Amino acid sequence: MTEYSAQELMVAIASREIRDGDLVFVGMRLPILAYAVARNSHAPAARGLFEVGLMRDQPASRFLGTMGDPPNVAGALWATRMSNAMALMAQGNVDLGFIGGAEVDRFGNLNTSYVGDPGRPRVKLPGSGGGADIAILSRRWVTLMGHERRRLVERVAFVTSPGYGDGTPRWRQRHGLLGGGPVAIITTLAVLRFPDGGGEAYLASLHPGHAVDEVLENTGWDLQVADDVSETTPPTEAELAAIRRFDPDGFWTRAS
Amino acid sequence: MTMAEAIERFVPDGSTVAMGVALEPLIPFAAGHELIRRRRRDLELVGPISDALFDQLVGAGCVRRVTAAWVGNVSEGLGHCYRRACEQAVPRSIEVHDHSNFSISLALWAAAWNVPSLPARTLLGSDILRTNPNLQAGEGLVHVSAVRPDVAIVHVQRADEHGRAHAWGPLGITEEAGLASERVIISCEQVVDASVTLSDPNRILFPETKVVAVVHEPGGAHPSPVQGFFKRDHPFHRDYAERSRSVEGFDAWLQEWVLGVSDRGDYMRRVDVEAIRIKQARLSVPADFGDD
Repeated sequence: MTEYSAQELMVAIASREIRDGDLVFVGMRLPILAYAVARNSHAPAARGLFEVGLMRDQPASRFLGTMGDPPNVAGALWATRMSNAMALMAQGNVDLGFIGGAEVDRFGNLNTSYVGDPGRPRVKLPGSGGGADIAILSRRWVTLMGHERRRLVERVAFVTSPGYGDGTPRWRQRHGLLGGGPVAIITTLAVLRFPDGGGEAYLASLHPGHAVDEVLENTGWDLQVADDVSETTPPTEAELAAIRRFDPDGFWTRAS
Repeated sequence: MTMAEAIERFVPDGSTVAMGVALEPLIPFAAGHELIRRRRRDLELVGPISDALFDQLVGAGCVRRVTAAWVGNVSEGLGHCYRRACEQAVPRSIEVHDHSNFSISLALWAAAWNVPSLPARTLLGSDILRTNPNLQAGEGLVHVSAVRPDVAIVHVQRADEHGRAHAWGPLGITEEAGLASERVIISCEQVVDASVTLSDPNRILFPETKVVAVVHEPGGAHPSPVQGFFKRDHPFHRDYAERSRSVEGFDAWLQEWVLGVSDRGDYMRRVDVEAIRIKQARLSVPADFGDD
């Protein structure tokens, strides 16, 4: 078995969330790699949409530091303005979105704005970018995060990108959110999922070498554990080969 | 016109300035650095994400308010100067009007179309509605108030001296930013004859009536990428992120790359240009505009 990093495993898991034929609102960092892996394995008919104003089929042939890097533009299906990409998402045409976050809570709400009082924050985070738009308008979405108690919190102090709000039934529908909400939180230790129709995240699978207690200790709320909690399937040789082809120096996948 | 003249004439203290409107590519860093050298103060910056440009302007004390979806360093993460300003009022306090990428686009389209606001189906359920007074929820929609910059500064691949600018690659919110602004400053890799720009009028970004200055500024977007000209300089972004962690580190960086530099030509002589230059052409097929 080839050795792999936690980030490489996260990329492999994220790629498996992409279904063949999906239009994917691709974020930055690990999701760019996940899209490349999916296109080269089980989802050859997927398309990627980038908020900078791009649609692609084939992943870029060279390393990307940002979605606006020249290799992501060459060979694009569409180079356009951002509001055109947002138009597709507003019409419900985006099947899956990826969003990064600093903090996520038990109902899948993400904070990328403020830790502490927004008037005088303890930490000012970069902000939404397109995150709030993806969280509200894509049909389903996934977030990736380091599994730490300070990141997986009971309730985020600031909801930048809403998941299932306060967790009450039909919270998204009652507030007019068109998209379906989060389906998975992929962490360095485990995969958390949500029940159909949304609500509270539960532990669905454990990454190889990790234990339920370790996950519970590093989660900031009383995490529910599925009866049939499974072991996460490790990255296959083909998935690892694809990841290393698109991130040859480990810029995204070797960092701690 | 030189960048120094353009900034001197068209971007006074207190201006509302749209920059970085193509998102990661084509960020007008040379214009931003000239704003810093000319000690502009009390600016309001408007943009979607600006990679590290807004962070630098905030760190240099030029900024009173940021109206943006994201401020940081795209490949490296947090913006350290932005953090210091928001958390500790260093070097001064700033006001933040948070947006999402979609809502800042709509705010500029609203200004472009001269309406007070536009309705949208984004930001419902987000706390951004609580901290930005220019976003109001009602009836299952969010009403995004117009944002009208005094000036948009846009870097492009080529332009003619009359202000007809050609850009290619993804455009982000470039068009709405230019149309919403009172005036537009273009910086470009190449100044070309009008016969070049007019051969492809579909590619002209803005009405020439909006453009007040065209600055020939090769490398003016470094370290951001310019399709067909330059790759993104990732190590430069990493170096900035590391050095800007402390005030002293940022000040030294600013001295080395902005304050101790006379102009963009001087700056580009210090960059390893060959490492980022795009050498292989990938030409589109010309369109036939025949009419007879």
